[in-house]
Amino acid sequence: MRKHFLGDTAVLLGRSMTHVTRSVDTIITTAIMPVAMMLLFVYVFGGAISTGSPSYVTYLLPGILLITVASGISYTAFRLFTDMKSGVFERFHSMPIARSSVLWAHVLTSLVANLISLVVVVGVALIMGFRSSAGILAWLAVAGIMILFTLALTWLAVIPGLTAKSVEGAGVFAYPLMFLPFLSSAFVPTGTMPGPLRAFAENQPVTSIVNAIRALFTESPLGNDIWIALGWCVGILIVTYAFATAAYRRKIA
Amino acid sequence: MTTVIRVQGMEKSYKDLRVLRGVDFEVAKGSIFALLGSNGAGKTTVVKILSTLLKADAGTATVNGFDVAAQPENVRESISLTGQFAAVDEILTGRENLVLVAKLRHLKDPGTIADTLLGRFSLADAGARKVSTYSGGMRRRLDIAMSLIGSPPVIFLDEPTTGLDPQARIEVWDAVRELAGQGTTVLLTTQYLDEAEHLADRIAILHEGRILVHGTLAELKQLLPPATVEYVEKQPSLEDVFLSLVGTNH
Repeated sequence: MRKHFLGDTAVLLGRSMTHVTRSVDTIITTAIMPVAMMLLFVYVFGGAISTGSPSYVTYLLPGILLITVASGISYTAFRLFTDMKSGVFERFHSMPIARSSVLWAHVLTSLVANLISLVVVVGVALIMGFRSSAGILAWLAVAGIMILFTLALTWLAVIPGLTAKSVEGAGVFAYPLMFLPFLSSAFVPTGTMPGPLRAFAENQPVTSIVNAIRALFTESPLGNDIWIALGWCVGILIVTYAFATAAYRRKIA
Repeated sequence: MTTVIRVQGMEKSYKDLRVLRGVDFEVAKGSIFALLGSNGAGKTTVVKILSTLLKADAGTATVNGFDVAAQPENVRESISLTGQFAAVDEILTGRENLVLVAKLRHLKDPGTIADTLLGRFSLADAGARKVSTYSGGMRRRLDIAMSLIGSPPVIFLDEPTTGLDPQARIEVWDAVRELAGQGTTVLLTTQYLDEAEHLADRIAILHEGRILVHGTLAELKQLLPPATVEYVEKQPSLEDVFLSLVGTNH
């Protein structure tokens, strides 16, 4: 059924994108939490935080973008879980279609929905005074990192989406991911953190991804951060993809 | 009479639980075959194996001449499954559900196919509404309509009337009879004895993972001692009362 893979994926992508557009609230709730956090940090805490950067919102935005994706992928898990439970998955799998397109349609939907939320968040940041002199290439590089990051977390979300026993279980894995940016350079420079925490913060994936995006926005030298960030994204992507497809194969036995 | 479904020695266990312990039966082309059994008897497992959603541990099964383990894609071309819970997309409209399935079956003109089926299953007025607003009977009708797209020669209906009210049940029965009349082979599972009695050409009773008996209704009745004739005043059943009050023409 390889010959139908692209066509079937397109049809199923159309279906789940309809789900996204019919429940606009999912896009808004996905964007509203990071936007609220951005407002809180810029207008409440921002004045007291010294980052060495002239504009705190510009310093903060990369971390907020990662939080947006982390909160968005819980809907990916939720949509997948609903299809598993309602029997829609079984219906598709008993039809003469390319079976893998059922999963790929969910992954692509997650990517598109998250990119829409990211655009909304960047829009709000611009209103709040975010400015970047970055050229088109730097923006494309930021988009590329965000796409890789979204794909990596999407495949992570596929695992609970396929295996969770309850709706709550399908979404709960996203909370620690949203918390991870706090223990990184996303909100404050890592220099003031106590030793062990600082060691963790400087070596966890969020810091290198945030630093790379920040450097791209401010046109500072990229250093090694971009390669470490790409390494993390690709590494996480490979591991989560392997586990997710293994879980999928077990499910469709 | 050609055999469309043939199951021989089918076994399936979930860890230590032996759900199927050697199931054998055959279904003739164009007939309605009822797999009757209580909850947990293994009916759904049989249907899932025949529709290539599960793999059997032992035994062979062919559907429309294709082996379910070796030629699953050919089997999927030949069948349609209506699962135990109406597998319809709640967020889409009824018409969009039908169009979706027609597109996935790679048919031409999905819109016309959808409109024809909406009319045939008395859903034309509800076609543009989201399925989440449908009643249980409407969902089931839509579910069955989705299964008919592409006219597969074999249809599996897993407990098609569980949870439906009496009128919706009769509507489903009519749809199933119409299908078999057109030459479609129907395998349905049910826990309702009267459903098997009303609908099926042949009945198999599945109990603790084995087929206990297998035959036409008349054959099954012969298994018991001949009926003694008693004269009893005919009392209307509650179903007769209900249906005459709410005005169904059956």
